[in-house]
This record gives sequence, structure tokens and C-alpha cells, in this order.
Amino acid sequence: MLSTVMVEAAARSRRTIWMTLIGVVLAVVAAFAAATAVGPETVVAVINASIRGAIPIALGAMSGIFSERSGVVNIGIEGMMLMAAYVGFMINVGLSYGSVPAALQAEPVRLGLSIAGGVLVGGLMGLLHALLTVRFRVDHIISGTVINTLALGLTGYLYLPGATTGGRLPPAVTSPLTPDAGLFYWVGEIVLEKGLITYLTVLLIIVFTIALFRTAWGLRTRAIGEHPRAADTLGINVHRLQYLNLFFSGCVAGLGGVFLTLEAVGTFERGMTNGRGFIALAVMIFGKWHPLGAAAGALLFGFATALQGQLQFFNIKIPHQFVGMLPYLLTVIVLAGFVGRARPPAHSGKPYDVE
Amino acid sequence: MPTDEIVLEAIDICKQFPGVRANDHVNLSLHKGEILALLGENGAGKSTLMNIIYGLYHADSGAIKVKGREVTFVSPREAIHSGIGMVHQHFQLIPVMSVADNVVLGEEVTRGVLLDQTEAARRVRELSQQYNLAVEPGAIIEELPVGMQQRVEIIKALYRDAEILILDEPTAVLTPQEVEDLFKIMRDLSDRGVSIIFITHKLKEVLAVAHRIVVMRGGQVVGSALPAESTPESLAALMVGREVLLRVHKEAARPKDVVLEVANLSAHDDRQHPALRKVSFEVRSGEVLGVAGVQGNGQTELVEVLTGLRHGDSGQVRINGKDLTNASPRAVTSASCGHVPEDRQRFGLVGDYTVSENLVLNSYFEPPYAAPPSWRTLPLVAVLFAVPAIAIFAALAALWGEIQRLVVWPLVLSLFGITDVEAASRDAMKGPYLIELVETVVVALVLGYVAARLAFWLVNWVSKRGPAAGQTPRAGLVFNHTAVDAHASGLVAEYDIRTPSVETPGGSLSGGNQQKLVVAREFGRRPRLLIAAQPTRGIDVGSIEFIHQQIVAQRDAGAAVLLVSAELDEIMALSDRIVVMYKGEIVATVDAGAVTREQLGLLMAGAHAEDVLRSRPAASAA
Amino acid sequence: MLSARIVRGVGLPLLSVFTAVIIGGIFIILAGYDPIAAYQGLLDGAFGDAASLTRTLVKMTPLVFSGLAVAFGFKGGLFNIGVQGQLIMGSVTSAWIGFALPVDLGDPVLSTVVHVFLALLAGAVGGALWGAIPGLLKAYTGAHEVITTIMFNYIASNLISWLLYAGSPAEGIPPGLLNDGNGVIARTPSILQTAQLPVIYDPPGPQALHLGLFLAVIAAVFILFLMNRTTFGFELRMVGLNSPAARYSGISVKRITVLTMVISGALAGLAGAMQTLGVNYRYEPNQSLGLGFDAITVALLASSHPLGILVSAFLFGAMDAGGTRMQFNSGVPTEIVMVVQALILMFVAAEQIIRMIYRIRGKAEVGQKLSTGWGQR
Repeated sequence: MLSTVMVEAAARSRRTIWMTLIGVVLAVVAAFAAATAVGPETVVAVINASIRGAIPIALGAMSGIFSERSGVVNIGIEGMMLMAAYVGFMINVGLSYGSVPAALQAEPVRLGLSIAGGVLVGGLMGLLHALLTVRFRVDHIISGTVINTLALGLTGYLYLPGATTGGRLPPAVTSPLTPDAGLFYWVGEIVLEKGLITYLTVLLIIVFTIALFRTAWGLRTRAIGEHPRAADTLGINVHRLQYLNLFFSGCVAGLGGVFLTLEAVGTFERGMTNGRGFIALAVMIFGKWHPLGAAAGALLFGFATALQGQLQFFNIKIPHQFVGMLPYLLTVIVLAGFVGRARPPAHSGKPYDVE
Repeated sequence: MPTDEIVLEAIDICKQFPGVRANDHVNLSLHKGEILALLGENGAGKSTLMNIIYGLYHADSGAIKVKGREVTFVSPREAIHSGIGMVHQHFQLIPVMSVADNVVLGEEVTRGVLLDQTEAARRVRELSQQYNLAVEPGAIIEELPVGMQQRVEIIKALYRDAEILILDEPTAVLTPQEVEDLFKIMRDLSDRGVSIIFITHKLKEVLAVAHRIVVMRGGQVVGSALPAESTPESLAALMVGREVLLRVHKEAARPKDVVLEVANLSAHDDRQHPALRKVSFEVRSGEVLGVAGVQGNGQTELVEVLTGLRHGDSGQVRINGKDLTNASPRAVTSASCGHVPEDRQRFGLVGDYTVSENLVLNSYFEPPYAAPPSWRTLPLVAVLFAVPAIAIFAALAALWGEIQRLVVWPLVLSLFGITDVEAASRDAMKGPYLIELVETVVVALVLGYVAARLAFWLVNWVSKRGPAAGQTPRAGLVFNHTAVDAHASGLVAEYDIRTPSVETPGGSLSGGNQQKLVVAREFGRRPRLLIAAQPTRGIDVGSIEFIHQQIVAQRDAGAAVLLVSAELDEIMALSDRIVVMYKGEIVATVDAGAVTREQLGLLMAGAHAEDVLRSRPAASAA
Repeated sequence: MLSARIVRGVGLPLLSVFTAVIIGGIFIILAGYDPIAAYQGLLDGAFGDAASLTRTLVKMTPLVFSGLAVAFGFKGGLFNIGVQGQLIMGSVTSAWIGFALPVDLGDPVLSTVVHVFLALLAGAVGGALWGAIPGLLKAYTGAHEVITTIMFNYIASNLISWLLYAGSPAEGIPPGLLNDGNGVIARTPSILQTAQLPVIYDPPGPQALHLGLFLAVIAAVFILFLMNRTTFGFELRMVGLNSPAARYSGISVKRITVLTMVISGALAGLAGAMQTLGVNYRYEPNQSLGLGFDAITVALLASSHPLGILVSAFLFGAMDAGGTRMQFNSGVPTEIVMVVQALILMFVAAEQIIRMIYRIRGKAEVGQKLSTGWGQR
């Protein structure tokens, strides 16, 4: 019986790999077909817009995984992102004033501090969520709502219309290739020419995957999300680990937020996260609480978002409001189709009392 | 074998929980290599004591010494480091992870920052071989049988170099054969110098394996004994504090017509594995059919399919001759079937509902409490409510408007000394306007509330009118609380439910009284068919005796009773006939009088019926 | 026993509000404003004179309905964050019946009664349908209502913006189906005179008190009656408290789930209709911005008790009404009100914090429970 189970599991994972491969091949073929139809500029633009749309969602989903794997439902990702986006932006604004020492105004220092500040604030919001849910036993969903409302209120309250900065993150790597290089040029346009946070995100996904499944921290985190009492009886401090992981969760969401204001858009607007934190949760479920699955889901959503901006290239006459619905509709469909197929961490959303 | 060296001592331990003195000056000592049985009923304080020793609880006073050294454990971590391991009654294993992951959790083997899973598996295999446990490190916990999971728990303790092993009710979930295997492992461990505290309430097991017995009752140690000098009866008296009826008195059954008929029933469990395979049996009026089997062999699913909580794949269920295959729970209930569910917290009651509400949990829609659920009539009711409410409000408001214009407004103006409204300045008018507004709003709110209450009363009155005497009320949307409370008072008295009042939330009663509440609700309807799943799990002896008597009384009153229980003693004591389930199949159907405990144990473990029952003459002779 | 209940039901919420106001004051000081002037402006703008109080009461009206919508979901174990979306759908449907369906029955009073009733019904139906979709998804696929309802908020606002799109005459793009054809602003035509909610009290100033407030009171009593006295309410609460037990007792959990969302959506739709039929007399974008989210705090502050919601909605209506005066008098942005509201929500949900600050003895009870896991129930 055991062996059949293992064979089944092996077959499942082989199937997943095959499905992924087929998906990649199909995507590449589709990209080529589209390139011949509308020209490579458009295809590359759509792909780049997809990536740009995917990064905050992938980070949000990662934040969700950190928190749910340790047993806490986090619907406050939206607020954490928004808060971090605001703080990152405001630090950037502050350090761009003429009166600030030139050493701080230098691009790497200024943007580095902005990113760090945003991420830290995200982490603090994560700690607030931990404090409310772990220490004060507030329902996880209500606590998340508190964080979202607080972020919306505070950022609106402190919002300075018309604030300007010394500029956003430049591409971390510039492509040395020219259009003469043909296909390589276009590949370079996709792989290179991205800002720091994009590369950081890719790195984070890989590191997080390894950490979650191959380190002692990951084993313990998964354990407290599944069966905190079992971990407790083995002397693992469940609540301390939850605080730690929610801090991480907030930091990662914060990185998603500063991506918006420091890399993608460059300015802050009220409520600019626009539901990305919630979409990220759907992506997390779609990805079966696995960082790689979530990353794939995020790309899908990035593509849906990218269509909004790029559809005019394809000469399709759909009212833009319907295109605007696409990511949200997709979220609902994904949620309806995938919930129940995958098993969430068993203890997610329930308070745990140490006796 | 026990030696003279004392490895663990609990001295004068006290622990108070709100309302309960869980441990009251408890003293206990454990020798090296000894198997010490800690005997006591549920709630006697055994588990509390062990949780204190293991660092999960903190004693209010008293001391613990390990190998003569006094220790204070803030968490299990320190207890583990002092060489204490515990196998909890509810296994503390993570179902989706592998054996090796579960064993190393908290004490991981790492190479750099990464886990060394090969080394972990090697160590688990080594321990498994050393103690003959036959556990495969790569297996996923939830795929393993219960007995195997228990061995993983033991390996977890041994991996942490435990010299003192606490086993909390380890036999509750095992077949008699698995119990034998466990005892062998325990003796093995004891021979190698591991000391064991064996917590149980099963008398025969204590006599079979323990070197020494300590009995607890009501939070105190009430005595100790040696197995050689004890009998089940003497231990039972010590444990409960009075003579216990180990057998239920009942007359021979007089079965009549068939009430429940199950044919070729198959179903899947939550994880989509087959749980029932072509199960067939029947239960007659006036008999108790016991379903024996180790937990997890399809009994839960069987009851769920019969009561409409789970969808069966194929086969047929007939109750009182009516086809109720995959019928809704409500259809089953109204076919005169009572159901005492296995998980009373989950299914049996709503903790926040009062005792009286819980007692009508599945009959609230029937007369005299109310009429059938009326969601279809909801829009009608809303209109029925809104139209009179608004009409009444409008009439009252118009009336008040006149009063205000003619009486109140002039009064307010005179109060401010304003005679000519047109001539008055804006600032002077602020006060009168504000007063008038406040007055308008307050009066209108009161009128609105009055109008709504009148409409409320109207809907109630309309819904109760209409049908002739004896018929169901037409749209009895409104609860008749008087009838509900009267019904509750009757049952509380009849079934001896200890509750401050019928308005108390059901969740605040003790386990035994919650179960009596469920039993009262289901038995009180005098059903033709009674399905009782684990009716006495986790409750005190007094309540057990009471519920057993009630089951027999129902049988004698002509009900057909299907009794599912993991307690072999309960099955043996109450059943007239017994079916044994193994891996979703019924492997044997026997008369209760013609089978021994040992034979049932073999059948529950999957032995072939022909082999087991052929030896019947010999078994009954012995 | 009774005093403990008073502490829980009245004392703790009051202290929560008080503490949130104090912390809000600290935020005001930190941003360099004068908190006394700010709160003075807030109080003045909310209760200072008849016009201000009227504004408070008018702002309170939709909050009662939307608060009831959230509370009704809570009782059935659902967290309807989609009140905002259901509310704007209700606003638009009621506006549509209000301007597109002429009702003339000869007698103006009779015409008004019928037309207002139909327009309100349209609002309720619009909200109910929009709430039914997440309800169905929850019941039949297990998609969690917290996410789907939020997504339907965004979908609703896109849909409305398409329906009301002003078009661009210069580029030859036609306006949306429900636009009044002004070519600039995305809004519906004005509703007919007969569809306007009758005015009960008209003080000097722009705002008049309309019938809606009293409909809100009647609705609150009705919901109270429905939840506590009827078999339907018994079933609804049972599903919310313990859905396996509800299944055991023969209740169709799916049906109750859908129905809970339908009624909750209908109440939200009515909240939107109040704004359209009683205040703006047409649907304009942003006429009820944030109402659906305030509703969550309103419901939690009242522990989901319908009559308590009347009180907490009054409080929130006052904060909204006074916000503008506050900004005018002291320069503090109105968003500080939202910060204070978030803090109130936090303290109400974590009553232990309040108990700690004010040394109130007694055991903190676990508040509203909503996290039911992601799957089907």
C-alpha cells in the first residue's frame, strides 16, 4: 500500500513537471506567433508588463504563504503593501530635498533607505497582526481588516498631493545588446533592464522555496501551521515562531508595496494597491501554498493586468472597463475552481493557546 | 525489570483549575525499569499530573525530582532534556509529513543550514530496528495505521534519549492484538532500563502488564496495589469509590419486525478512499445490534451514510420499509430515527445555544414549537411586515405632525421668546430648530419602533391563524418559546441533566451532561430506530451507567438500536447481536451470547470468521 | 451577571471609542495640528445646530442599513466585505427605476408611495443579486466570501463606470447606457419627483431629513425579529455558530448560506438606495465612498445587535458629518476619521487591550469568529 502511495506521488510530481514544460513551450510558441502577427515590440511589451504586474502579486502571495504556513490567515497584505508603498515613497521624497546632505541624496543610498524603510514598516504591520491574533486572540480576518483600514486611513491622512522625488529605481542591469542582435536583443529586453526589486523577488522565491522545505526553520514553520500542539509538545515555541514569520510576512508584503512606488509607478496615490493584496491570496491558493506555484499564478495575473494597458496594440474593441475587471474575475474563477482541490495548512486561521 | 533506583518523584503536587481541584497533594514515585500503571476515571487528574511532569502545565505547589534532583520545567523542552518522553492520547503527529520529519522536529539533524534528511532517516531506521518497531522513515503519517503511528510516537521519545516514558491511554485506539504487541514493546523497553508510566482506565490491561498500580480519584491518590494481589473488582471499587455494575442487567431480547435494512452499501471517506464495501445487515425492533471494530474501519462512515450526513456510492438503506438511501438528514429524522452522533461537540450540539434550544435542535420546525421552515414565504413575510409597519408609522407620524404644528412648535417659540418667525434673526432661530429636530427625531424613532412592534405582532397573529385543530400551523414562522421551554424542563428532569437552568448555554455543561442532553433529545422522541455512535465516550462512570440503562429501556420499549462503539466491553454488555467491521466490510455477524472477547478481538484484527468461530467450542469451554 | 453584560455591551465599546479618539488626537498633534480645535470642529459640525444634526442623521441612515447588512452576514457566519459593491449596485438600480419608470396614478401621494416602493425594491434586488453571486460561489465551490466579495466590489465599480461612462462626443464615443448625456460627468439622469424619498424635516440649510432614517429603524426591528424569533433566524444562527450541527439537524447549509448573502446584499442595496433616492436624487460616482467599509466597524462596535447598530451608526454618521467642518476649522484632513475608526475596530475586536489599559477585571471573551478556513463548510 505504501509503495503505491509513493508511486502515485512520484507520478503526480512528474505530471506537474510535464504540465509546466508543456505550458512553457506553449507560451513560447504563442509569443512567437504573436510576434509574427503584431511585431516583437508589442510581444516584449506585453511580457514586460506581465512581469511588472506579477511582481507585487508574487510578493503578496509569498507574504501570504509565510503567514498561512505558520497558521495565521493574513488578509492584511493589502494594507501592509499600501503602508510600505507610502513610507517608501515618502522617504524617497524626503531624501530628495535640496537641504538633505548630498551623501544621502545619492541614488543608491536614497533608494536603498527608501526600500529598507518601506520593508521595515511592512514588517511592523506584520508584527501588529501577530500581536492582535496571537497575543490578543482577535479573529484573523478582523485583525486583517483592522490593518487594511488603518493603512488606508493613515496613508490618506498623511498623503501629500504633488510630492516629487529624485527619481525611481533605474534598471539594475542595462542590456549591452542592440536590435541588430535579433532574437537575443528581445530576450535581453525581457531578462535584463529590470529594477533591483524584480531580481530580488526572483531570488526571494528561490531562497524561500529552499528554506521552507529544506531547513529546520521551514520544517518547524510547516509544523506549527499544521499541528501547533505537536510542535509545542516537542518544545518548539509556537508563538515566537509566529511572531517571527509574521514579521517576515509583513516585510515581504512591504517589498511588494515599495515595488509599486519605487520601481513600477514612481509616485504614490491613495489606495493605489487596488486589491493586489487580495488577488495575492487567491494566487497563494492557486499555487497550493507553494512559493513556485504562487509565482506561476502571479505571472498569469500579471498577464491579465498587462492586457489592460496593451490591448490597444491588438486592435480589439472591448470597453476598457471590462478589461479592467479581468484580474478580479480571474481571481474569482481561480478561487472557485481551485479551493478544495488543494489542502490548506490544517491549523490556518485558528488561534492556538499554549497551556 | 524494576530496580530500587528511583528515577522520578512527584511530591505534594497541587493544581487548581477554575472550579476543579485537578491535583490535590499528589505523591508518586517511579523506579528505573518499572512499568507503573496509573489507574483512574476520566477527570481523576491523571492527565493533569502527567502534563505537569512533562512541563505542559505548571503545578501550583509541590516539587518534581528527576533522579533525585529537583527540576522546574517551563516547557516540554526541559522535560525532554531531562529524559522524559510522552506519548499523548491524541497523537501529536503531523499527518502530512513523513515519519522521519515528525521524529526529528525540534531536534533536527542539519548539515550547514540545510536539513540532512538521509541522516535523519538512518537514525530512525536504527532505532526502529533496535526496539523491533518496524517503522519506515519515509512513510507519510496519515497513510499509516494507528498502531504504527503510536510506534512513531515511541520512536520520537527514544530519539530524544528518553529514559522515562509516559504513555497516556495508549490502548484506547488499538485492537486487542495491537495491544498485545504494545505490551511486548513495553516489556522490552522495561528490560532495557526504560521506566514507563502507563495511564489507563482499563482494569484488565493493568493486571496484564504493570509491575505496580497507583489509583487516582478526584485529584488524589487513593491507593496503590500490586497486580498479583488485585482483581478487576477490587481495582474498580478503588477507582470509582463504590461498587460498580460491570454488567448491565437486561432481559433476553424479543426481536420483532425489521426496522433498518441495509443492503450492499458502499461509500468513500473524506480523502476519497473506499470506506464501506458492500455492507449488508438488518436491525429488528426490540434488539440491539452492536457494531464492533477498531476505530477507522468504516463505522463512522456507516453511521454518516445512514443518517444522511454522507453520500453513499451504491447500495440501499430502508427504514421502516421506506427507501431512504442518500436521503437528507431531515428525511431520516422524520422517519422516526434518533441519532446520537459520535462527535457531540461538532454535530451533537451548538455550544452557544441554550439547553432548551439544543433540545429542539432537530425538531424546532415541528408543532408545537413552530411550523416547517418558511424560507419560501420570507418575501411574503417581509411585505407582510413592511406594509403595516410603514402604514402605521405614516398614520402616527401624520397625527404627530399636526400636534407638533399646532402645539409643540408654538410652545418652543414661546420658550425662546420669539413671536414673529419671519422677523427673527437666523442665529435666534438656531435653538428652536435644533430642539424641534431633536424632538421630531426622538418621537419618530419611538413611533417607528412602536409601528414595527405592532407589525411584528400582526405577522405573528396571522401566521398562527388558519388551520383547524390538530393541523400544522400554516406559516408558523415565529417560535413558541413557551412550548420549547416546557419541553426542555420535562427532559431535563427525566434524563437527570445537571444544569442551572434551561436557559444555560449547552456548551457550559460538563461532558457527561452534554451527552445526556443529546441522549435526552434523541431518546425523548421515542424513535423507532436509534443509532448511537460512541454514546459513552469520554464521560464519567455515573453517566455511562445511566445511558446504558436508557439504551436497554429503549430496546425494551420496542426500538431497534444500532450501537457503534470502540469499547469492546460496551458492545459485549449491551448487544443482542454483533457485527464486526474490518476495512469497511462486515467480516462476521454473531449472537452476543455465543462469542468471546478474544474471538471478537481476532475478528476486529481481520482474522477470517471461519477460522475464529470454528474454535468456538474450545473457546467457550475455556 | 447583568453588570458584566453592561460592561461588555456598553462600557467596553465606549472606552474603545474614547481611547481611539485620544490616539487619533496624538496623530493630529504629530502632524502639527491642534487636536482641540479639530475635535471641536468635529462636534460642531455634527451636532452644532439643526442643519448639522440633520446632516448627521442623513449620514447615519445608509450606515444603519449597511451595518445591518454586515451584521446579518456575521450572524450567518459570513464576512460580507462586499457591502460596498452591493451598495453601489443598489444605488444604480434604484436610480434606474427612479428615472426610467414614470409612475403617474393621478394622485401625487399614491404615485410617490408606489414609485418610492418600487425604487427601493429595485435597490434591494440589485444589492441582493450582487450578493447572491458570492453566496452561490461559497455554497457550491467553497470560494471564500472574503475574497470573492472584495473582487465583486472592484467588478461592480468597473461595471458601473461602463454603464455611466460619459462618452466622448469629440471622438465619437457614445455615452454609457445609463448616462444622462451631459458629455462630461459620469452620472445618471435625475430621478423623477415621485421617486424622491419624502422629506420629514427641512431645516434651514442644504440638507433635509428624509424618510430613510425611519425606514432604517423599522428595518433594524425587523432584522432583530427575524434573527431572534423565527425559525429562519434559528437556522441562520445555527449555521453561523456550528455548521456541522446545522447539517446534522437537517438544515441545508448551502441554502442558508446563499440566503444570508441575498438578504445581506438586499440590506446593502437599500443603503445605496437611501443615498440615491433621499440625498443625491441620481447616482453619481463616489456618492457613497467608503460606506461599505465603515459598515464593518459599525456592526462590530454593536456586537452585531440590530438596535446597537442604530447607536453605532449614529456615532459614525456624526464623525462623517463633522469631518468636513473639522477640516475647514483646523486643517486636519478628514482621513483622520478613518484612522480613528480603524482604531475603534481594533479595540473592539481586541477587548483585552482595553481591559488592560483601564484595569477592568473579568475574562475577555473571544469576539466574532469568522476564520472558517478556505474550503467549503
